[in-house]
Formats: sequence, C-alpha cells, structure tokens
Amino acid sequence: MTKGMIFDIKRFAVHDGPGVRTTVFLKGCPLHCLWCHNPEGIAPGPDLFVRPSRCARCYSCIPACPQKAISKGPKNGPVIVDREKCDACGACADACMYEALVMAGREVGVADVAAEVERDRLFYERSGGGATLSGGEPLAQPVFCRELLAELHARGLHTALDTSGLAAWDTLRAAAEIADLILYDVKLLDDRRHREFTGVSNALPLANLRRLSGMNKEIAVRIPLMAGVNDGAPDIRDAVGFLKTLPSVKTVGLLRYHKGGQEKYKNLGREARFRIFEPPSDARLADIRQAFLDAGFRVRIGG
Amino acid sequence: MNERVKKLREQSLSAIPTVTGERAKLITEYYKSPDAGRVSRPMQHATAFKHILAHKKICLNGGELIVGERGPAPKATPTYPEVTCHSVEDLEILDSRPKTWFKSDAATRKLYKDEIIPFWRGRSIRDRMMEELPGEWKEAYEAGVFTEFMEQRAPGHTVVDDKIYRKGMLDFMADIDAGIAGLDFLNDPQAFEKREELRAMRVAAEAIILYAVRHAEKARELVKAEKNAARKRELLRIAEVCSWVPAHAPRNFWEALQMYWFIHLGVIIEYNTWDSFNPGRLDQHLWPFYEKGLKSGEITEGSARELLECFWVKFNNQPAPPKVGVTAEESGTYTDFALINVGGLKPDGGDGVNPLSFLILDVIEEMRILQPSSMVQISAKSPDPFLWRALKIVKTGFGQPSIFNTDTIISELVRQGKSIVDARNAGASGCVEAGAFGKENYTLTGYFNMPKVLEIALNDGVDPRTGKMIGLKTGDPASFKTYDELFAAYKAQLRHFIDIKIAGNAIIERLYADYLPAPFLSILIDDCVAKGKDYHAGGARYNTNYIQGVGLGSMTDILSSIKFNVYDHKHVTMKTLREALAANFKGHETLRQRFLNRTPKYGNDDDYADAVMLTIFEAYYEAIDGRPTTKGGRYRINLLPTTVHVYFGKVTGATADGRLAGDAVSEGISPVQGADRKGPTAVLRSAGKMDHIRTGGTLLNQKFTPNLLADDEGIRNLGSLVRSYFTMAGHHIQFNVVTADTLREAQKHPEKHRDLIVRVAGYSDYFLDCSLELQNEIIRRTEHQEF
Repeated sequence: MTKGMIFDIKRFAVHDGPGVRTTVFLKGCPLHCLWCHNPEGIAPGPDLFVRPSRCARCYSCIPACPQKAISKGPKNGPVIVDREKCDACGACADACMYEALVMAGREVGVADVAAEVERDRLFYERSGGGATLSGGEPLAQPVFCRELLAELHARGLHTALDTSGLAAWDTLRAAAEIADLILYDVKLLDDRRHREFTGVSNALPLANLRRLSGMNKEIAVRIPLMAGVNDGAPDIRDAVGFLKTLPSVKTVGLLRYHKGGQEKYKNLGREARFRIFEPPSDARLADIRQAFLDAGFRVRIGG
Repeated sequence: MNERVKKLREQSLSAIPTVTGERAKLITEYYKSPDAGRVSRPMQHATAFKHILAHKKICLNGGELIVGERGPAPKATPTYPEVTCHSVEDLEILDSRPKTWFKSDAATRKLYKDEIIPFWRGRSIRDRMMEELPGEWKEAYEAGVFTEFMEQRAPGHTVVDDKIYRKGMLDFMADIDAGIAGLDFLNDPQAFEKREELRAMRVAAEAIILYAVRHAEKARELVKAEKNAARKRELLRIAEVCSWVPAHAPRNFWEALQMYWFIHLGVIIEYNTWDSFNPGRLDQHLWPFYEKGLKSGEITEGSARELLECFWVKFNNQPAPPKVGVTAEESGTYTDFALINVGGLKPDGGDGVNPLSFLILDVIEEMRILQPSSMVQISAKSPDPFLWRALKIVKTGFGQPSIFNTDTIISELVRQGKSIVDARNAGASGCVEAGAFGKENYTLTGYFNMPKVLEIALNDGVDPRTGKMIGLKTGDPASFKTYDELFAAYKAQLRHFIDIKIAGNAIIERLYADYLPAPFLSILIDDCVAKGKDYHAGGARYNTNYIQGVGLGSMTDILSSIKFNVYDHKHVTMKTLREALAANFKGHETLRQRFLNRTPKYGNDDDYADAVMLTIFEAYYEAIDGRPTTKGGRYRINLLPTTVHVYFGKVTGATADGRLAGDAVSEGISPVQGADRKGPTAVLRSAGKMDHIRTGGTLLNQKFTPNLLADDEGIRNLGSLVRSYFTMAGHHIQFNVVTADTLREAQKHPEKHRDLIVRVAGYSDYFLDCSLELQNEIIRRTEHQEF
C-alpha cells in the first residue's frame, strides 16, 4: 500500500469546492510563496512546531530527544530547539503534554486517509460535497496523490484537486483524469515577479493550465490577491486576458489575503521566509470582481 | 413592523419586572373565606381561580389589539403562595439581586408580612414537601446530585392542541355537564370524586368567560373617553371579540389569536406552571382562519402580520414567575419557555409547511424579542426553502428559531406508546421536550448531575465537597482491577440516587394531586374531562415523567480519560488520579494537560470516546426508562440543562477530563466546551451515535461565526449539516451565531449591547442577563472558525 505524508485533514471545509468537504493536506511544495499560510506544507518531511508561549517549563522533552537538540531557555525559560541537530523524529512532541512541541506531518496509507474521509459521507451526499486534496502541492507526491484520488473516486465520492500546476504534465494529467474538479491557482502572469514572490517561473503552471483546459474537465481558477503584488489593473487585465482564452475555465475564485501565519513561521524557525502583505481594499476587490464578471466568468469571493 | 407594533414592542422591552401581590391577595382572601372550608379541594381551587379572575385588575394597553395581562400591568408578575410562599427576605433578594430581578414595593412586602405569609407558611406545597421528604432525599438535593422542579413551580409542561379553535368554553361546559350526567353512582366508587372534579372544571370555564367579558366591558368603557375615531373602532372590535371568545369557538383569525391568549392567561394565572403553556403548532392551528380570511378579504397578509406581532408582544409581557434558591440557579432566566412550533407534519402525514409558516418566520425575525421562543420542525418532507428561511433568521444571531427533527419526535412518541396521529400533532416545548400536544402531561421532575454521581462513586459513597456519606459503599476505586468494576460502581450509585429521586417524586406528585388540583388546565388536556380526573392526578391521556440528565459530554470525557489513562495505557494510577482530583490538580498540571490534550474526547467522532458515551447513555436509560409514575404513566429520559450545568459544576470537584473544581459541566449533549476540535461534522457524528429515539429530547448547541453564513451557499451548507444530523435521527440542534469578540466586547461595554440575545440552552436570553459564569461559558463554547 502506498504511503504518503500529510499534515492535516480538515473536516467541514466549505471553501475548497462545492458543498461540505473534507480537505486532505499533502506535504511538500516546489513553490515558496511569500504569502503562504501553510508553511508547514512546504517541506516534504515532518516539521516540528515550537510554541514557547505554551511551554510550561516541565522540560520533560529534554531527556526525550535522542539528538540532544533541546535545552532550557535562559533563566529557566521556555525550551529552545537547535534546528541544526533536530531531525524531526517527534519524540519531544510525544513527551510534551502542553502542545508546546507539536509535529506537522505524518505518514499515512491511502486506505487510512480514505477511511477518515469516509466518515463524513453523509454530509457530502446531503450537500453535494466530497473530498479535496490540497497541500502543499498534492502533485509533489504523484503516486500517493493519484492513488488516493482513485480510491476516493472508487468509493463514489466527489473529488477535487487543489493544485498550483507546478508538476510534470503527465503527473497532472493522470490526477486530473480521476478528479471531478480541478482548483487551479493562478498567481501572477508576469513571470519576473512570479519568480520574485514564489521562487519559481510561471511558465510550466500556465502551460499546464492551457493543456488542462483541453481535457474537458471542470476547472475553477483561484487567485490569491495581495495589495501591490497582483491586484493592480495591469495584472488583472493580464489574468482576465489569459483566462479568456481557456474555454474550460468558467469560474474564478478570488482569495483575499489575510494576515496571520506569522506565528507559524516563527514556530517552525523560518521567520526569514515570512513577509507581511496587505489585502486589497474592499473597493479594489469589488473592481476586480467586476472585471472578471464583465469578461463572462462566474466569480466567487473566498474560494 | 408598523408604528403600533413598534410602540407595543418598546413598551414591553422597557417594562420593569415587578412582583405584584394582586393574585396572592385574592387567593388568600378566598381561602380565608368560610366558603373555602365547605367545598371539596377541586371546587375550592376552581372557586379561588374564579375569585381571582372576577376581581383582578383589567389592563388594556394603549394601541393593542390582542388584550389581557396576567398581572395588573406588563411584567407585573404575580406570585403563587399556595405553591411556594416567598419570605420577605426572598422578596428583598428578588428586588436587589443583579440578574433576573423583580422589584417589589413596600406595600407588597407588607402584604406578604401581614397576610400572605401568616396564612400560607407551612401550608404551601413547598413547605409540605420539605416536611414530607426523607432525609436521604434532602442530602442528595443539598449535595447537588439533582434539582427539584416542583418545589417552586407547579408541574405544567404541556401544550394545547387544536381543540380550542374548534370548541368554545360553552362547548366544553356541555361536555362536562354530559360527563356529570353520565356518572354512575351505583357502580363507580369514584363517582363522587369525578363529579367534584368536573364541577370544578365547569367553574373554571365560567371563570375564564367572565374574565373575557370584563375585558369587553373595559374596552367599551374606554370607547367613551377615546377621541381617535380609528381607535374607537378598534376598541369596539376588541369588545366584540372578547364577548365571543373564549365562550365560543373563534370565527376568524383575530378571534383565534385572542382565544388562545385567554386560554394562555387562564393557565398561567391558575398556576405558575413549569415551562409556560404554549400554543404549539401555531401555523397549523391558524392556517384555516388565515386562508379563509384572505379569501373573504377580511384580512390581508399585512393585517395578519400586525395581529401576530401584537400577539407576540403579549408573551414578552409575562416573564417567568420569580424563582429563588436552587430553582433560580437551574433556570436563571426571565424567559418562560413558550415555544412556538412552526412547520412539521399534518395529521395525515403530509407536509405541514404552509404560507402562514413563512409569515410566522417573518414575525419572529421582525420582533426579535425574548418571548415567545420559537422553533421550526423539519421533517424529511419539509421543503429546503423553509429550512433556509429559518436559518437566515438564525444567522442574524439571536438564537431563534431552534431546529427540530419532526421525524425523530414522532418516533420517540410512538415508541412511548402514543398513536401515530397524536405523535404527528405533537412537537417540542420548553427547551426540547417532545410531547403529545393537548393530550399529555409530561412533567420534568428535575435535573440529574451525572458527573457528581461518578465523583461519589470515586469516593466510595462520600461527597468530597462536604465529607458526608450520601451514597452507597461501592468499594475503594484503587482496588478495582478493571474499568468495568469502576463502571459497575457508578451504575450502582446511579441507581441509588435515581431511586431516591423517584421515591421523592411519588410524594411530591401526590401532594399536588391531593392539595392543588388544576381544573382549568384539565379542561384543555384530553382525557381529563372524559375521565373526570384532574391533570395533576393522571387525567391526561398520556402521563410521562422525566429526569433530565446533565453532563453527558463531561461524563464521557471523564470516563474515557479514566479508561484510557488508568486502565488501558496505565499513564497514571487510580491513587495518583484521586490525589490530583482532591488537590484540584495543584501540583499535577502536566497530568491535567495529558487529560486535556492527549485523551479521547466526545465530539470528535472518536470511536473510543463515543463508545464510552454510549455506555453512559445506556446506563442512564436503564436506570430510568419505563419505571412507573403515580399517575399511571412511565418515566423517560431526556438530556438538557437550561442553566443548571453551571450550578452542577459549582458543586462538583475537579474531574478526570481536566476540568477544574467549580467549572461548569457540559450542557445538553454538546461536547465539553472547547473539547471538540474537529469541527461541526465530527460533533454531529458523535452526537448522532446515540439513540435519540429512546429519549424524549436531546439538546445540541453549536456555535458559528457569522462569516460562515455570510452568503446563500453558507446557509445551504448549514442546511445540509442539519439534514445530515437529522438523517442520523438527531432530535434538535441550535446555533449561536456570534463572535467571541462580540461577546467579550459586550462584557466590557454592556451599555452598547443590551439587545444582544444569545442561545443559552434550549432557549435564548439577553447575554447581559446571564450570570458572569454563564457568560464566560458561552464565550468558551467552541467557535467554528472559518479558517
């Protein structure tokens, strides 16, 4: 049985496709978007969250660590984890009753995840919902992602794939053939700035989206909006212009950036990766919405 | 809402709750009269009732269309000294306490001191009860193992059906007369008792007609002084309506509403019945009048709406009668639980939702007042737009209407032995209690503190709070080799305290049956007239007693924790656990965190915890269901708390789920506050695992933030949650749609949030009228954040 690495299963997800859904978050992502809300989804392996505010200074984690990576903070303060030595084995999190040390990422089998998703079947049936695979970038675990989609599909559940599109075309195609709905992120049409903000070129995701739109699949494009990054008139004009050439893309979801998430970066020891952005103003969001409506798209705010 | 309704609503909102001595004075006057000593008890009480209605002040408020107040003015609240005789100190406490206060003036206190107390002290039901009940009952009561519903309020908890729209009081009197004429004094040894009871019902019927006629006279009197021609016409119409109903069956929409209102006043003036009387299936009862009126042009949608809104205000003018002591703790609210049912099924099994159902929902939304409370009945046949319309009101965040599963209510009642038609005409009243409207006496007898009983089991029969031995000796828990032994000890203690409760109920019920019959209420509930038997004595077609279980979520988490941490994984010994609990976790914080964070908990669709929950449910069910009552009925269980979970928490020490001593226990069948971490579907799955159909009602609270319901899609998703829960045969669900920030803000700036109504437990209340503990508890309840 194929195993995969996930960092969360969220039930009653109502913004990742139609109806009431369960979203499975797969770990690992080739992008490093500076606005990412789920930084624990980026690395392919397990991550350790260290939350000093919850540390009760019981120090039971110190002897639990096989790498001797944990020490008392100054003046008997909250514990400090030496990230160089830590191999994210999770022994400290097991020892910590206060949820000051918490692991993100666990290895699971396809059947286990499917059984967990199955628990809310009644809700999917009543609401027209189902399961969504998100991340991270779910296609970063191509076999697990495909097999999980196939298993859920075989159980008669509606499936959605939430992807950045940064994957080999064959990988995307194989997953898309099974999924009922593709939620496809489009961030920036301008490649220079796409590289600046995400660390990678947009060439492959955009080319993949064009190919995907020839597959006669239901695609909902989703655009995260940050003020001054991609909410300007030229950026929106470019996005509208590109998406209009794709006949399968009929729905656009506008995801307004919201602050928060800084804590997570800190707790992962990755403050350097974090930047605060501003959400677009209400007026700006309304204009953007109108621009997509005028171009004939169905527009949803928030997913 | 129009100007008239606005004014009446404002008058109601700003009226000051006061204690009026009017009723106490009149009933005492009668009971002191020589006549009272000459007649049978039913006749005595009926004549006292007539004396009150013949002499109490008639109050017609300016601009109103539906008339009649219980007291001399809106929110002037009478007392019932024959049930509970307040002391002067009680009146002072009521006057000065910070929440649910009732002002009283010097004259009222003097009246109490000089006339009421000297006559009723030692004679009231409450005083007689305390004399009669055994020591073990009192010890358990004082320890907070259970509460007692009938010590300050009469056993009410019933709802009228459609009979009052088909028959007037003169028709009921004809039935009564026929009953008297048909008595067989030769062969029926109870013929005399039956005759006295029927005569008393006849007097009570006359009394309510007299009371209505006095309103008609008052209206005619006001016409003379009235300058405004339009109001003159209205007053004349009021006079006409009050001359017709309740003597005769109503002929139109207006008369139907006024008919109900006189009936309501009759019931709540006769006694301070628990869970105030209620019209029940209002949209079903009024639909024929509405349809006919629209057709004939006698009313329009607008005029019907205005009448309904005037009717709504009348409920809000009648706060729950003053409660003191434990009764105030278990039900600390002004609301009197009149729960309007909308939707559901027709007696033939067809969908009952009609255009009037929607109009009533409009009224609920516009009025936005505490009383009456409202609910929708959703059956598999109810159309989605009806559910969505109701949820759109829920979204506005005042906790109404609550959502009930018609199909489950019917199954519950049929399982209890009711006919399918009686079950389809039924609904829920009070908080969540299922009942066969117009045909059942379903008495709630008191709340039962499950976590407290477990605490006593863990202490070999001793209440650790007082050190008193009040339970059974079930053994030192440290000697238990298995979890099953512990659970057996709990079950033994449970049975012990349930026996004490039931034995106490048998005394209390007979006190009511023998000393305080209810002839007026008996006219309204089948088959009291046919049997010639009082409502309090078993006259109703169906008689059910409930003991309301409290703390199912806490109990599950406590036992799950002990099973998981002591027996299955041996993380802690029973000895250490008991030390930690006795120390309120002082020095054991890490252990407490293990209980909070590393232990399977109810409300997460966790099969380990939920399996424990099922054993607790079964144990409670086995201890109670099917046991006989003094009225010829059976005991049943239900699971709801009003505000008692705060009181029960106060008297219960630290518990193995990580709860600190004195903190509230969980309410209804909701998870422990904050223990549910997997969102609403997991909560519903956990709650859906229990067999609701073997209860007479369960209460599930869910809290949502407004952004989750921002658009139509949010409403539909919420609707699908409700439908899914109901597919699992869930009984009831209610939603608080408000952010924790808003609630905290209201605590900081109460002056700006006087209108903030929140769902408490089976009813809504003004947030600021809740005790501080309850406010904090509401804030803690899980908030299902968007992302």
